[in-house]
Amino acid sequence: MLRNLMIAASVACAAAAQTAAHGEEPAVPLKDAPGHELVEGNCAACHSLDYIRTNSPFMTAKMWEAEVTKMIATFGAPIDPPDAKTIIDYLARNYGSP
Amino acid sequence: MDGRLEGRGNRMVDRRRILQGVGSAIALGASGVLARAAGAAEKVPLVSGLPAGVYDTATLEALPGKKPLIKLSYRPPNYETPASYFAAPITPNEAFFVRYHLADIPEAIDVDAWTLRVGGDGATGALEFGMRDLQSGFEPVEIAAVCLCSGNRRGLSEPHVPGVQWGVGAMGNAVWKGVRLKDVLAKAGLRKEAVEIVLDGADGPVLDKTPDFVKSIPLWKALDDNTLIAFAMNGQPLPHFNGFPARLIVPGWTATYWMKHLTSIMVATRPFDGFWVKSAYRIPTGRFPVVQHFQTQVTDANEPITEIVVNSLIAAPAEGHRLRAGQAVEVQGVAWDGGYGIRRVEVSSDGGETWRAARLGKDYGRFAFRPWSFRFAPAKPGRYMILAKASNAIGQTQAETLIFNPAGYHNNLMRPLTVTVA
Repeated sequence: MLRNLMIAASVACAAAAQTAAHGEEPAVPLKDAPGHELVEGNCAACHSLDYIRTNSPFMTAKMWEAEVTKMIATFGAPIDPPDAKTIIDYLARNYGSP
Repeated sequence: MDGRLEGRGNRMVDRRRILQGVGSAIALGASGVLARAAGAAEKVPLVSGLPAGVYDTATLEALPGKKPLIKLSYRPPNYETPASYFAAPITPNEAFFVRYHLADIPEAIDVDAWTLRVGGDGATGALEFGMRDLQSGFEPVEIAAVCLCSGNRRGLSEPHVPGVQWGVGAMGNAVWKGVRLKDVLAKAGLRKEAVEIVLDGADGPVLDKTPDFVKSIPLWKALDDNTLIAFAMNGQPLPHFNGFPARLIVPGWTATYWMKHLTSIMVATRPFDGFWVKSAYRIPTGRFPVVQHFQTQVTDANEPITEIVVNSLIAAPAEGHRLRAGQAVEVQGVAWDGGYGIRRVEVSSDGGETWRAARLGKDYGRFAFRPWSFRFAPAKPGRYMILAKASNAIGQTQAETLIFNPAGYHNNLMRPLTVTVA
């Protein structure tokens, strides 16, 4: 929890991240599994988590890796390589296909 | 442009994290803006063929000022129009789809404080327009045109591809009112070196490092009589979530160029190199039957998406409709293309074995939805597969097989509708 708060606080404009079209958005629950908190803490800074659920389960581990890499390299998500790996593993295991 | 959401503090961040931490899935309801439509019992009108995750995630919800639409993502907001709305040729403003790329969207825009900057190194002058300048300084123009998200039907790609998993409703047809972009550009003055027009709107990214949503169009397309700066839609001011107070209208081209909450129009003497043109919204070069290309942005591998491909949709009856032998049902829908004009819609009730011409409805102009209808009166019981196929004035018709591309664009395959006759 503390870690998530720190991540959130480090994101400059994260306030916008927590509102959906001018209201507070309903939570989009993700599967409770290792890496869950890192996914919520990082991904939800810029977008709601329904993006993950709707893009499943067709994404292979390779596709999830490409997506997370794009978020970091192109969209500037401040995620360390070890955290990125945990996030990719979580997405591939819980929202991916073999 | 004020009214952005930044500066509301991290209080909400913290509160939300905590709520997520205890596994809460309820609507927070503090501001009560996002109303869930009739609870979980209401069936979300999703088409078949989408990724499985869409069926257990999408909801039917209303944004402020909107009717309940199919919510694919809350933030940024991506909501599609249920297909039943396309039984009418004009899509109501309240039901018009909503698409944003980045989550820092303006909350409320004061039209009296709104300004549009026009300039750039390809212009001889730099000007600022308020809404009154725009409305009183130029000839008003009205045009009916289809606004269609490039990614409409992405969710139906086989294999599936990442992105917003749109079904068939990331589109709509409206009567837009505005002024010609070329008239506004003429006021600023164009230098002969001008090649592209760069457009920006008031929405932006959450992180500074995320590329802002900025687009460009070729100068020749900007100078087309039909390319407008629109401030009204179906006789009303633009809905907030459709670009209030002004957006670009590029009839015939996909909605990626129809910049919402327009704030800046810059004339450029070199091809724009921003992410959303250079890397995103691209299709394999030469693979699709389009006439107009964005020449200054074409590479050997890929090119920007441009024209809307010819397509059609059956809007009624609904999938699984049942009727008795001897009864009739009016099969209705719309057809559209990139502005050449729909010439013909054919309907098959035997899965494509035989075809008959549908009746074309009112012609709202070559960029608009063309309504069509077909009276289906089966004499015998059974299951009937109904298909519709549109053709346009330059002989283009819907693709027989999917032209796969990594972003799932330009899917104009026919979609079968099954009707059961008892």
